[in-house]
Amino acid sequence: MLQTVMSDPVLEIEHLTRRFGSFTAVNELTLSVNAGEIFGLLGSNGAGKTTTIKMLTTLLPPTSGEARVAGFSIRTRAVQVRRAIGYVPQAVSVDGSLTGYENLLIFAKLYDLPHHEQKDRIAQALEFMGLTADGGRLVGQYSGGMVRRLEIAQATLHRPPVLFLDEPTVGLDPIARDAVWKHLVDLRTAYGTTLVFTTHYLEEAEGHCDRIAIMHLGKLAALGSCKELEASFGGGHTLNEVFVHYAGVTLDSGGTFRDVSAERATAQRLG
Amino acid sequence: MTPTCIHPLTGFIEKTFVITEFELRKLRHDFMELITRALQPALWLLIFGEVFSRNGAMHTGTTPYIDFIAPGILAQSVLFVAIFYGINVIWERDLGIVQKFLASPTPRAALVLGKGFSAGVRSLSQATIVYLLSILLGVKLNWSPLALLNVLILVILAATLFSTFSLVIACIVKTRERFMGVGQVLTMPLFFASNAIYPTAIMPSWLRLVSHFNPLTYVVDGLRVSMLAASPSSFGLGQDYAVIILTTIVLVIIGARLYPHLAT
Repeated sequence: MLQTVMSDPVLEIEHLTRRFGSFTAVNELTLSVNAGEIFGLLGSNGAGKTTTIKMLTTLLPPTSGEARVAGFSIRTRAVQVRRAIGYVPQAVSVDGSLTGYENLLIFAKLYDLPHHEQKDRIAQALEFMGLTADGGRLVGQYSGGMVRRLEIAQATLHRPPVLFLDEPTVGLDPIARDAVWKHLVDLRTAYGTTLVFTTHYLEEAEGHCDRIAIMHLGKLAALGSCKELEASFGGGHTLNEVFVHYAGVTLDSGGTFRDVSAERATAQRLG
Repeated sequence: MTPTCIHPLTGFIEKTFVITEFELRKLRHDFMELITRALQPALWLLIFGEVFSRNGAMHTGTTPYIDFIAPGILAQSVLFVAIFYGINVIWERDLGIVQKFLASPTPRAALVLGKGFSAGVRSLSQATIVYLLSILLGVKLNWSPLALLNVLILVILAATLFSTFSLVIACIVKTRERFMGVGQVLTMPLFFASNAIYPTAIMPSWLRLVSHFNPLTYVVDGLRVSMLAASPSSFGLGQDYAVIILTTIVLVIIGARLYPHLAT
């Protein structure tokens, strides 16, 4: 997998910090992600993964520190960052009362795709995500896996160099999860898109990530490829054991009521 | 990535209409909303309007009461629907739609104004039903194209104004429960401290003063002078437009500042 990764960083995070009152959600996070890399952000609930993604997608200003996405500062060049990224939030972000095609059309217009190209690009995006036959149907009638694939199509219509996904497979059954991942990997292969995503599923990290970062209580606890992290513990250790070591044994230690209810609501809507 | 060199103002106007289109496309798949919107003004005109015009308790000068109240009910029904527009925004926040739009390069003010305009276009169904009922009830309407155009623009602007106000409240309270409470608290004072169902002349002086700071008063005044064949304006159509447009601009600016807070 690593052979497709270019060595120039497309995402550089330096001492990124976000506080909410006295609570520090993300604490001095420093790391970089290379162009074309599939990068997983892991951690228990409340570890700071979603807050990190929100800062990198310019939805939340950092308290201190800096990050550059595709060379643009999230603090001073937010609009350029937004042009350079695609974002698939954890919650459902397409409109169920419109068709798949209409959901894509609105974003084609918002991202200034040339008018004469819009139809073709939407058709390509639908085909790429295996939704050609369903473009004219109301999204309210889609299955959970189809909704996620449409969201990815919507977020990548403008061919961003970086795609952020917050728990892209939460609430999906294993078959739908595999389909989503197949399309995500294809996206990287076809367009060199860098994928940065959060997940609770360790097998996804193991199966797809070039590198992972494990966050714990807002801090970077470990960084490297799954193999490297497992090897650093000596032979015979699983990623699960590595995760428990760095993220703490108390998997349910964090996360606000809102985080948990949002996650369950998403799972319910997609499931 | 698609490189673009679009003038900020052109981009803003273009994106505003894309957001309006996004909202209006939903209507193509669900007409029910337009029908339910028409019920409330029908009840007010047919029951409240009819009863009070027989009673003769309202002194509306040479204008029959049913004529007087018709533009007021149109403004009221626009207010009553638009003031709850913010609930949609809270719903979109609970999903991830707000976040996805905010992570796009769309100007924040275009997100806010585009939604406002869509509420404006939707409210034209209420204008249609009020006109139909007015014909039925014998209201003497002004059918000149200019007058109709004024009504059209005023209704769209009024719904834009109040739905943007609603969006601002939604950005502040953020939850459905709180929003419903605040919406109820705001609707009635706005309605009663206006010239919608009685002339400001019969108000106590303190309420009359309050009504001059109420944008609904100017909406009703503008609608009354445009809709009816013979009705003098209290403020002049120019002042009505000025107040409505300026209030909307201020609310859009506030909304654009607050809207990103929905994603945090």
